[in-house]
Amino acid sequence: MSSPFALWAGPRLEVAPFRLSGTVYATLLNHRRSLATLGDAVAAAPYKGAPKGVVLAVKPRQALVAPGGDVQIDGAEVLEVGAALGVVIGTTACAVAEADALAHVAGFIVACDCTLPRAGHFRPQTRAMARDASCVLAAAVLPRSEVGDTDALAMRVIIDGALAQSSSTSEHLRTAARLIADVSDFMTLMPGDVLLTGSAPDGPRVGAGAQIAIEIDRVGRLETRVVAGRAGLRA
Amino acid sequence: MKRARVAFSGAIHEATPAGSDSIRLADGRVVGETDVVWLPPFEVGTVIALGLNYADHAKELAFKPQDEPLVFLKGPGALIGHRGATRRPADATFMHYECELAVVIGKPAHRVARADAMAHVAGYTIANDYAIRDYLENWYRPNLRVKSRDGATALGPWLVDAGDVEAPPQLALHTFVNGRQTQSGNTRDLVFDIAFLIEYLSAFMTLAPGDVILTGTPEGVVNVDVGDEVVCEIEGLGRLVNRIAGDAEFGRAGAASALAAMKESA
Repeated sequence: MSSPFALWAGPRLEVAPFRLSGTVYATLLNHRRSLATLGDAVAAAPYKGAPKGVVLAVKPRQALVAPGGDVQIDGAEVLEVGAALGVVIGTTACAVAEADALAHVAGFIVACDCTLPRAGHFRPQTRAMARDASCVLAAAVLPRSEVGDTDALAMRVIIDGALAQSSSTSEHLRTAARLIADVSDFMTLMPGDVLLTGSAPDGPRVGAGAQIAIEIDRVGRLETRVVAGRAGLRA
Repeated sequence: MKRARVAFSGAIHEATPAGSDSIRLADGRVVGETDVVWLPPFEVGTVIALGLNYADHAKELAFKPQDEPLVFLKGPGALIGHRGATRRPADATFMHYECELAVVIGKPAHRVARADAMAHVAGYTIANDYAIRDYLENWYRPNLRVKSRDGATALGPWLVDAGDVEAPPQLALHTFVNGRQTQSGNTRDLVFDIAFLIEYLSAFMTLAPGDVILTGTPEGVVNVDVGDEVVCEIEGLGRLVNRIAGDAEFGRAGAASALAAMKESA
């Protein structure tokens, strides 16, 4: 496979031996409020009940933005900011048990996954979620040994200097370990893959010029901004 | 021209056809086609797949045709080559193949107009995009548990140059399960054709060389079981052979019973 970062303009991440050379997956609907905000609609058509399996989206290579790079709005009026804790896989994980899952983790990273606002959740909506230069990963991968337990980390989204959203990984339906177990049951996670563990619903909406900062306790802070052009990609 | 990528004698080689049962490696060796390990025939980038892109298949599944293409993405672990094996989990009751024309991008495509779209196609291959319907849920449907499973998307055998295929492709497509024909269609019947898809996709995601668009499957999907041989054939592109394997071959059945034993003793 060619590196998903082949299109990156930015520097390689120096987190030996775990370079972010793999695939980035976003977990959807993993925040308790995601379904709560839908109310009775969860039981009605088209959904007909809460999801049982883990719900994921691939963040393709051209959607990824190098650390320090900008999010591109490219014709959209607004983007919704999804703050996420990313799990960086360190060793091949296939059909691993929840109890063994964290042993496959190299470390953790802050991610800013921007999408078009979505009206519903029935179809994959790749047009909203795979846009060029829409998903920024922070430069620093914090080793698992330094971060420790990630199941109750406070997360903040700050837009133009003002706190816009607060959440916590304690509100996730599946912990990082549970996610790795459920995903690796059908899809092997490889060293360098990143699994974003989910964003709170109704993320702040931003337009061109917005300054975004995302903080996750003990993991780090990511800063980016929204630009009109194609700044995230090499020409 | 038709090109494959195969593993043989400790290395990966480009290969071309050499008669009905043999292939010629780039280094000159001619070897039997069953004596190599077939890989996806090009370096694959982003895997983009279409759902419900034949009107007859949408009707078969009781869906109205889409206003907008139903597009989903797959991870790289889903891919395997010609003559590979795909695991059928023991708890599945309906697993089916999907024979699809795969369109391989040859040059970067950003906001490409329909009229210019076909110039961005490097070539074509065959995809068998398996689905396990038991795992379908109505959230981001069809989701990765159904559509991005390890080894459940076969690609190959050949990458056929775009110049060797009329544009747009009007190719007969068939699937055979254990030699019996179960699926029949023609790529001329796409709801959203290739030029439209490249225009649509390139409006929000820049397509790069190696990205591949799996254009959907016509009606005629039936359940397949462990041990079945599934052959997807597209006129002029070749025959993509796949075998259905069981959990035991992947060490799964043992793992499940060991877990059950652990729970019992706990």
